[in-house]
Amino acid sequence: MTSLRDSMLADRSGLEARHPQVFRIPWVRRLRVVAVAAALAGLFVWGIVRLDISWWRIFAGFGELGRIVALMLPPAYGTEARLWIYLDALAQTLAIAFLGTLLAALIAFPFGFLAARNVVPVWIFRFPLRRAFEGIRGVDALIWALIWINVVGLGPFAGILAIMTADFGVLGKLFSEAIEAADGKPVEGVTSAGGARLHAVRFGLLPQVLPVMLSQVLYFFESNTRSATIIGIVGAGGIGLHLYEQIRTLEWQNVAFLVLMVLVTVAVIDAVSARLRFAIIGKRTP
Amino acid sequence: MAIAVPTLPEHQARALEGAYRGAVASKRRQALIGAAVLMGCIAAAAWAGDVDLATFWANLGRFTSYLGRLVYLENGQPVWTDIAEWYWGIGRWTRLLVETLFIAYIGTVLGGLAALVLCFLAAANLAGRRWVCFLTRRVLEFCRTVPEIVFALIFVVAFGLGPLPGVLAIAIHTTGALGKLFAEVVENIDMKPVDGVAAAGASWWQTVRFAVVPQVMSNFASYGLLRFEINVRGAAVMGFVGAGGIGQDMLESIRKFYYSDVSAILLLIVLTVTLIDLGTERLRHHLLGMERAH
Repeated sequence: MTSLRDSMLADRSGLEARHPQVFRIPWVRRLRVVAVAAALAGLFVWGIVRLDISWWRIFAGFGELGRIVALMLPPAYGTEARLWIYLDALAQTLAIAFLGTLLAALIAFPFGFLAARNVVPVWIFRFPLRRAFEGIRGVDALIWALIWINVVGLGPFAGILAIMTADFGVLGKLFSEAIEAADGKPVEGVTSAGGARLHAVRFGLLPQVLPVMLSQVLYFFESNTRSATIIGIVGAGGIGLHLYEQIRTLEWQNVAFLVLMVLVTVAVIDAVSARLRFAIIGKRTP
Repeated sequence: MAIAVPTLPEHQARALEGAYRGAVASKRRQALIGAAVLMGCIAAAAWAGDVDLATFWANLGRFTSYLGRLVYLENGQPVWTDIAEWYWGIGRWTRLLVETLFIAYIGTVLGGLAALVLCFLAAANLAGRRWVCFLTRRVLEFCRTVPEIVFALIFVVAFGLGPLPGVLAIAIHTTGALGKLFAEVVENIDMKPVDGVAAAGASWWQTVRFAVVPQVMSNFASYGLLRFEINVRGAAVMGFVGAGGIGQDMLESIRKFYYSDVSAILLLIVLTVTLIDLGTERLRHHLLGMERAH
């Protein structure tokens, strides 16, 4: 029995004569691919030289890392009093993520409408607001946390405000894009039935965009749970403070326990939020 | 001209109105319950998060005055009157910014390469064995769930201070994030070329090279660029834990209340991030356009 492969190989010269373009190698394209790859690799090597990364340090570091991982097992929390402190910090982390996201959404909501082309047709709000969203988005939540600590002092409240500020930039942008992507026909319908502009927004736009916005907010709550676990590193409350302290004092078993706590919490929040998103929007969103 | 609107008989209208009222009432009831649950959550979160509105109001003025002070130099002049004084450390900051970009770049490349290898193992439509697929997915999940700064903290202890732990932390996080996205791209490919190449007697490796890679490459590159953009932001704060880049100077100037330095460095970071956003966005549109042209 001859396979497809055998029969093709037998007729190879015939195939080549009939379909020359398949067998010809496009040199220009190949050269371009090689050039791009070489440029990327060159940049990579230059970066390694520039950052002063030596093989010896990598080797020594991985040896040390192996020792640390061995010290992490089994994860343990020490005394029971400490467990309660950790659980309290975990609750604080969730509170930071929840309130931070909620406040960011509440503030971004009106600004999203102001920055949407189909709500405010003139560019006077849209242009500066879009630039402001981008500027705020360019600064990491940890930097905002440092700044808010200077204002409200150390503690979880600074963390809430930091998450709020950082997310305001992203949510404002996403909201305004969601509003611009909405269908214009319901708005026209409300206007033709004699509705004012505000009516058009309330009854024509809002029912379309609210589920999208809610699903985005839930998605951000998930991602903020991750951010809130580390915001304590700079002193803005939550479990990050303990993680930082335990790493600094080389209590590796405690570190492993805290990381496990974070992993479990994130998994639980993801599952709950995915279900809520599914219920709101009716299909899975990324 | 008057139009005669036909009306329903009384008993039918009443039944319809009753149904309408019922529907509205149940919707209202649902909204009320939702609002009550939300309020409960807010109260609990505010209690757990030590929210103190009194301090907040008292200090809100300090936030605006803080932002205001950012634009004044030590000598009390606005920053734009003396750019040279404002950017007195431009040489050092540029060097650190370049270091930050390199941390992000090398981390993205290393993580992207690892993700490239792992995604074919994690994709359900290509995986040879189920346990390989399952195991790879769990590893990727772990890599992306642990925040990169936690990796950086641990690596700083193992590898010492400097950009190396930052690079590795970003690489590991990138592996997890890109591995998942890449695997999803691979799972969405057209399987016909795969069947065709397999029918012609190709091995697993040849199938991946000639049937899968040409379909997914532009999407991979696009996701990689997006990740690079995110990693630049991440690399900017790596210095907070001693893992290199501009973060260290940023942290010091905020902690020590060097207001004009804070605004100078922040502006540099925002400008760099915005430029990279714009650049990668153009490249990505170009790449995805190529995809459609095929």
